[in-house]
Amino acid sequence: MKRLNAIGAMALTGALAITASLASAENIKIGVSYPTPTHAWAAGMNWHAEQAEKRLEALYPDVDLILVNSPDPSAQASALEDLVSVHKIDALVVLPFESEPLTDPVLNVKNSGARITVVDRGLSQPGIEDIYVAGNNPEMGRVSAVYMKTRLESGDNIVILRGIPTLIDNERFDAFMAEMEGSGVNVLDHKHANWNRDDGFEVMQDFLSRFPDIDAVWAQDDDIAIGVVAALKQAGRDGDGMFVVGGAGMKETIKSIMDGETLVPVDVLYPPSMIATAMDVTVASFKSNGPVAGRYILGATLITPENAASFYFPDSPF
Amino acid sequence: MTVLANSSLGKGKRMSFDIKTAGPAIALILLCIIGFLLNPAFLSEGNLTNLLTRSAFIGIIAVGATFVITAGGIDLSVGSMAAAIAGVMIIIMNSAVETLGPGLATVLLGCGCSIVLGIGAGWINGMLTTKGKIEAFIVTLGTMGIYRSLVTYFADGGTLSLDFAIRGTYRPVYYGSFLGLPIPVWVFIVVAVLGWFLLNRTAFGRYCTAIGSNEAVAKYSAIKVDRVKTMTYVIQGLCVSLATIIYVPRLGSASSSTGVLWELEAIAAVIIGGTVLKGGYGRIGGTILGALILTTIGNILNFTDLISNYLNGTMQGLIIIIAVWLQRGDWGKAKAKTN
Repeated sequence: MKRLNAIGAMALTGALAITASLASAENIKIGVSYPTPTHAWAAGMNWHAEQAEKRLEALYPDVDLILVNSPDPSAQASALEDLVSVHKIDALVVLPFESEPLTDPVLNVKNSGARITVVDRGLSQPGIEDIYVAGNNPEMGRVSAVYMKTRLESGDNIVILRGIPTLIDNERFDAFMAEMEGSGVNVLDHKHANWNRDDGFEVMQDFLSRFPDIDAVWAQDDDIAIGVVAALKQAGRDGDGMFVVGGAGMKETIKSIMDGETLVPVDVLYPPSMIATAMDVTVASFKSNGPVAGRYILGATLITPENAASFYFPDSPF
Repeated sequence: MTVLANSSLGKGKRMSFDIKTAGPAIALILLCIIGFLLNPAFLSEGNLTNLLTRSAFIGIIAVGATFVITAGGIDLSVGSMAAAIAGVMIIIMNSAVETLGPGLATVLLGCGCSIVLGIGAGWINGMLTTKGKIEAFIVTLGTMGIYRSLVTYFADGGTLSLDFAIRGTYRPVYYGSFLGLPIPVWVFIVVAVLGWFLLNRTAFGRYCTAIGSNEAVAKYSAIKVDRVKTMTYVIQGLCVSLATIIYVPRLGSASSSTGVLWELEAIAAVIIGGTVLKGGYGRIGGTILGALILTTIGNILNFTDLISNYLNGTMQGLIIIIAVWLQRGDWGKAKAKTN
């Protein structure tokens, strides 16, 4: 039905439609919209989206993926309109810049008849998306805490470096604290290091001056962890079984885990490659004989020297 | 105090001048006492060294900003400029490893490029402001965006990392020390002394003050206004490049999050120090105290869990406003009236 409609619309719109239909009348067009990468994690997402595009288009000649990135929420809203009016997409994979301002634009895409896949950041109105793919922030905190408990004993001291004060940060932190409860491990203090190497370095320097006895650090994020490690080495407190747990899955961190680094022995996954998962699932909704619609919450896998190789992408910027 | 102020206008003026001079120092001493009371480890040698080293980045940049602001200008591009220069330095040093090896030559090449870039970027800001006749706010707002997006582009959205072989050679520039003081602190001291001399003991310094007070009068007094103003931006660029040279060996990386909001911290340090935002009066000594105050606030907040993390910005904002309020001349008068 949808494809018949699309063909009908093409016939009406003249020259543009002719070039479009030249490729194949049965093309499945999928728009992929996400913020312009301005930090390493998003750059990794951009890279994984491009990889998935190449792979899926090679696998299915009739699938056409259109990647668009936008520098701000209103530009993303315009990009969504263009995907509908110019490209006549059959499905949309979208990582919204912000939930509120993009809920209506995505709803309009849905009303054009396209299937909607939302990635990572949910919309502010439930029921718009057919497929939802996201990382698991509370699970990330919980998995980190479970690992901490395997290495620490009652009476040991840890410090926590948090991200930017946001819902994401709270979810990770609350789940971590809930899991640590009753373990007897003391959380000396927690400060925001804004998912940033420089802040990680400075906050850790201050923790080291303030607390003479720290046994482990939960840095929550790989960038913060890099700053923490530099501060530990500067103060000469990187020995004695001290360890740092970051998170996300930066390639440098995963490489050093593969090499058996003991200061940052593990990492907890919050992968930028989730955009590729979302694209796979969306294509599957056209190709698979099984039902696909639903919510896909990815695991926060603990990356250890044993499984690190399968999460290592040396060519990705992240 | 009231008697003095009323008895002689001249003495009253000197009185308010003294408050202005001593204000930032008093604020810094108060902060240190608060820090010590919260946690005696605040005054440990390790923490004081950390504090001074950390202040060096903003402090060095703020010395340059003192010249720009004294001459009636403003430079919003310094944070982005630092990020872009850091990015280019890393790219140049990484690509020079093969030909020059990971030794001193490569590091010197990187530092040389940093200085050339800093001076060039400052010169562009200056020329656009003076010859281009565009307001400094707009010029540097534009270059701020340009440099920020350039570093994002160079890093492909991610992070540029310095080759590990060079890090070994370059590392002492941040982590090393000489006569018990870290190298960045020495650089900070040298920049501060030169800056003080240039602003207070040379014709150039007097020209900056004159232009900031009244540009038209300065022009009629045969001061080469455009040249002097451009030079203030060049000095600012040079200061940014020096700060970058000591920043890069710290973590060996640059990304789009490098140097975010440094411009506002530098401007805040300058104003806390007693320099007038609209120009015409500048104090290098105050600027240095301002930079130390800003770093100390962040440090103290990390030393206590009395205040919610979410209120860090509130504390910083309050202390900045109080520090500036304390040293404004009107404060003495207002107090006298209410008494």
